[in-house]
Amino acid sequence: MLEIKNLQAGVNGKAILKGINLSIQPGETHAIMGPNGSGKSTLAQVLAGRESYEIFGGSVTYNGQDLLDLAPEVRVREGFFLAFQYPVEISGVNTTYFLRAAVNAVRAHRGEEELSAVDFLKLMREKIQLLELDESLFKRSVNEGFSGGEKKRAEILQMALLEPTMAVLDETDSGLDIDALKIVANGLNHLKRANNAQLIITHYQRLLNYVVPDHVHVLHDGRIVKSGGKELALELEEKGYDWVTNGELQTA
Amino acid sequence: MSTDTETIDRFVDQEYKWGFYTDVEADTLPPGLDEEVVRQISGKKDEPEWLTEWRLKSFRHWQKMKEPRWPHVQYEPIDYQSISYYSAPGAKDKDRPKSLDEVDPKLLETYDKLGVPLHERERLAGVAVDAVFDSVSVGTTHKEELAKHGIIFCSFSEAVQDHPELVRKYLGSVVPYTDNFFATLNSAVFTDGSFVYIPKGVRCPLELSTYFRINAAGTGQFERTLIVADEGSHVSYLEGCTAPMRDENQLHAAVVELVALGDAEIKYSTVQNWYPGDKEGRGGIYNFVTKRGICKGANSKISWTQVETGSAITWKYPSVILRGDGSVGEFYSVALTNLKQQADTGTKMIHIGRNTRSTIISKGISAGRGQNSYRGLVQINKNATGARNYTQCDSLLIGNRCGAHTFPYIEVKNPTAIVEHEATTSKIGEDQIFYCNARGIETQDAVNMIVNGFCKEVFRELPMEFAMEAQALMDVSLEGSVG
Repeated sequence: MLEIKNLQAGVNGKAILKGINLSIQPGETHAIMGPNGSGKSTLAQVLAGRESYEIFGGSVTYNGQDLLDLAPEVRVREGFFLAFQYPVEISGVNTTYFLRAAVNAVRAHRGEEELSAVDFLKLMREKIQLLELDESLFKRSVNEGFSGGEKKRAEILQMALLEPTMAVLDETDSGLDIDALKIVANGLNHLKRANNAQLIITHYQRLLNYVVPDHVHVLHDGRIVKSGGKELALELEEKGYDWVTNGELQTA
Repeated sequence: MSTDTETIDRFVDQEYKWGFYTDVEADTLPPGLDEEVVRQISGKKDEPEWLTEWRLKSFRHWQKMKEPRWPHVQYEPIDYQSISYYSAPGAKDKDRPKSLDEVDPKLLETYDKLGVPLHERERLAGVAVDAVFDSVSVGTTHKEELAKHGIIFCSFSEAVQDHPELVRKYLGSVVPYTDNFFATLNSAVFTDGSFVYIPKGVRCPLELSTYFRINAAGTGQFERTLIVADEGSHVSYLEGCTAPMRDENQLHAAVVELVALGDAEIKYSTVQNWYPGDKEGRGGIYNFVTKRGICKGANSKISWTQVETGSAITWKYPSVILRGDGSVGEFYSVALTNLKQQADTGTKMIHIGRNTRSTIISKGISAGRGQNSYRGLVQINKNATGARNYTQCDSLLIGNRCGAHTFPYIEVKNPTAIVEHEATTSKIGEDQIFYCNARGIETQDAVNMIVNGFCKEVFRELPMEFAMEAQALMDVSLEGSVG
């Protein structure tokens, strides 16, 4: 489904990702863990198509297409979704209106009919319940006046609305209290299918208690330095990142 | 992150769709301004002696005045002797058409192209239009229907001939001929414009609209609009404007006076789309306009709504003098500066009567290398017990080579007054656009969504027929903007 080969990218000529290799199959959940500054968010932004990052080399194939060649809006319409680490506030743009525009853009791309306001509201209410969000939030401007936790949950709500086949979650767990973390995890598990995949980018292991990954990778200085099963996350939690970044590296 | 700014910089590529020129024979005065020119303009219009004298008085006063330098705009000095002060389509004034049927088809075609058809068949339903072409009105639609209600809607020149007593009573009563440099110049050389009188208790059944078109090169446009709403009457009026694309700057110095008597209401909307000049700031209209209304009677109301997307320079402060007790003044404004456009605009709310209320909602949008200033005065006079004002002043920046400035003035001389002022400045960031992209929304749609969201409080004040047009105009003015 997603094949990242020797991906090198950065900002202002400076490399941040120094050769990432990662292969994700349908039905899998992967976790990428790593210390601050290891390139986790850069990877997420590059995959979503942020223009300010330069690609120095390598390739990303998504469902047989060159992902890096697609405009960001086309990526999401093709089913590639990024849940933002810092969801952006857009003053003056009503959240419901925004979400409907997003859903209809994706539907139009798939050759499906646009959802009417009534049908969309029905769909949205259903998803709101899943994420246990307050409906009044959706009368506000996009992400404006949302608490940190509400923003993160709203990202997962958007994911539920857009039904991506490949979802990347950039530190969705950071800033969540334990109840919100459970709601988010529950949402992610609920959205998991045999034909879609999730890539969870995180600093801590705690989300992985609730969303169990098939593979865990450790990112350090722009490279994946260690890969393993779900137990790797626990080992990291226990021994700290120094264990992989300073010590002798062993392949699992 | 250089690519971020590049993306937004692509905003500057817009095309002005109304920039064509109509080739018609014209009766144009040679450039230059002196008493003789003032007399000639007055003579061409067969004006009564008192009006000629009023013009001359204005001209003499103007000669002693200095052009204002306080606005936050920059431009080369204007050579007032290089401008032609009168240009009318048609060879001679005597040949002027008596009705729309006699109007040069080329002129009618021009208005068709602008989306303001004047022919009987295609006229906008529910809207009566007075079409002003350079210095004169070429025709007014729906006149007969309005006459049934006793409503007068005609060109200013006609009003001078047919209703001299009304013109004489109200001309200069809100904006005196000594008011300011550009208004005084207008008082001397004004050529045409619209005149509206709504009789007592009449609710005008149609939207009234004037469409101003500058066509001839080297001319200025100096129109004068006067709207009088008698007791208990109601009128909604809309003004639109465009001009050809030229490398030179053209001066548009209009005066609009509104008079609302007791319980009357005037709603005046403007969709201003004069040629803004090019990316380098060459050409475009200097829009130096004085607009003012007086709420003369108790419980009267004047509401200004403006959507300003055009002009190289905009300098205007549609204002309300709240004299009648319980009268209401409103100002809703969207001003967009893109390219190298400059705008210094806002309002004055002068509270004189008791329990007078005013609301100011100003939305400034700066893109490209545009400079946008809000300048407003809220004055609560000594006797204005219980006066209230609410001001909200928001600026939106697109890209990082534009500017937004705010100059609010508040003068309160009555301790019971309540004056509120809120201001915000925000920026459409690359992160917002990327966030929309990452949700499947294209960049242009994202920008339009954000800009329209920013403007909606003002758009909803426009008459319904024009709210859509205004939104479309905003979209076009920012079109091609982001790659």
